[in-house]
Amino acid sequence: MSNVSEILTKSRMVSRPSSQEFIESVFDDFFELHGDRHYEDDMAIVGGIALLEGMPVTVAGIQKGHTVKDNVSRRFGSPNPDGYRKVMRLMEQAEKFNRPVIQFINTSGAYPGKGAEERGQGEAIARCLYMSAGLKVPVISIFIGEGGSGGALAMAAGDRVWMLENGMYAVLSPEGFASILWRDPSRSAEAAELMKITAEDLLKNGVIEKIIPEPEEGLENNLSFTAEILKKELIKELDILCSKTTDELLEERYRRFRKFGDYSE
Amino acid sequence: MKLFKKKNYIPIGRTAAPETHEGRVERKLQEEPAIPDGMWMKCRFCGALVYKKEMNEFKICPKCGGHFRISAADRLAITCDEGTFEELDANMVSKNPMGYPDYDKLIAKMQEKTGLKEGAVTGFCEIDGYKTVIGVMDSNFMMASMGSVVGEKITRAIERSTELGLPVVIFTASGGARMQEGIISLMQMAKTSAAVRRHSDAGLLYVSVITDPTTGGVSASFANLGDIILAEPRATIGFAGRRVIEGTINEKLPEDFQSAEFQLKHGFVDRIVERKDMRKSLSTIFKLHSIERRDGLK
Repeated sequence: MSNVSEILTKSRMVSRPSSQEFIESVFDDFFELHGDRHYEDDMAIVGGIALLEGMPVTVAGIQKGHTVKDNVSRRFGSPNPDGYRKVMRLMEQAEKFNRPVIQFINTSGAYPGKGAEERGQGEAIARCLYMSAGLKVPVISIFIGEGGSGGALAMAAGDRVWMLENGMYAVLSPEGFASILWRDPSRSAEAAELMKITAEDLLKNGVIEKIIPEPEEGLENNLSFTAEILKKELIKELDILCSKTTDELLEERYRRFRKFGDYSE
Repeated sequence: MKLFKKKNYIPIGRTAAPETHEGRVERKLQEEPAIPDGMWMKCRFCGALVYKKEMNEFKICPKCGGHFRISAADRLAITCDEGTFEELDANMVSKNPMGYPDYDKLIAKMQEKTGLKEGAVTGFCEIDGYKTVIGVMDSNFMMASMGSVVGEKITRAIERSTELGLPVVIFTASGGARMQEGIISLMQMAKTSAAVRRHSDAGLLYVSVITDPTTGGVSASFANLGDIILAEPRATIGFAGRRVIEGTINEKLPEDFQSAEFQLKHGFVDRIVERKDMRKSLSTIFKLHSIERRDGLK
């Protein structure tokens, strides 16, 4: 197996620690909050308030399960619009109480369902991007496993985007890429190579700012190794971000995404 | 109308609903009869063969009123006051951020076929005397999928409106992200949405006009962020592709699923406006927002 295929496999392992496990390992006193105040509580999103070395922060993550039953209730970590609206509700609350927002991403993409379309999946993701662009508190996002398409980007439009060593992030899955562009799903490994989906590739092109290492024995065997590093990095980075004025923060965030594009005139 | 006195059209089977999961649309479109050549075309709504001379500048099926997809040039011609359109960033062309094999050749081929540089045209214009920035996407060019150029042109158009205190009108049509540009195409969603945010924070008006088809990454960014969202009748509007959803839920979806009418019913579109009435609706919206009008007009 090539390195890319290996990373792709690891990023999707059922045993890979979930957002909730990360939240509970990195932060103290996690107090979960439910619901989007519009329609329902989307179980594909966990969120609430927690302490990072005593500092209150808002946390939200896309939640995959470890068992089939758990995964069915969470749609294998594919949020409905209600999930994104839950995230937005928590972001607004964070802004009101001047708490930084930490987001965890682990999804193959937003859920392609009937109800999801009826309740505006596109609008919900668009609104997340719109809200993130103007949120007056620091936002840091961490890709802990799979990162697919707009459903991942919705929660990765803040000041810093980091990725675990074996995370991935792509415009769509390599399988989808191969079957749509080449009409040949069996070429997914080739697609994965081409698509530059690994943390190293994404660091090079500026899509992410930092790679968080994983233990040699596997993340699922030693979560605290990575959680400790992540905690230190978050404390350090929030120290920097919190010292900026709102104008500086928002201008830099705007520039962060403004720069992407490869064209000539 | 006497003009459209019914001839015996030959029914030749209904075209399947357009596949809209991002790049798949491109393939479909290439298989469909293209509008520019030949005397006849098949209406993809009612299946009727339409004699092109019977269609006026609005490109509407004389039989069922179905709105055909139209080019950016045709859209600008029926939308802007004559002689007022000034194009911005006309020469911007895509590079190859992901190193997709033969992407440059693909782009060159599309440029030759369509006479366009890319999937979006932007500029200044007047609509019924109201000064505005306008963006028009053209689905003939790789389904107007959003890569670096579409994202950059739309972003710059919005930024120019913000700088100059102008409204912006964007006619959207897109299969979604330009997959051949990989993750950089995904980033365009955040980039364009952030530009809309700044325009909005400046208290300026953004009218999004959603046309057939608007799906994927464009539906999940600027298309759905208008202060006012209009849609053309029967346009396909949605995030995920119909077949992807059917495969996921193992259920056949109703015919009107993800139509403009469906979006209106579910509260995601303000109004459905027929193409022939679009200028008038935009003019009314501008008037209601006290947009500056060319001197001498009332």
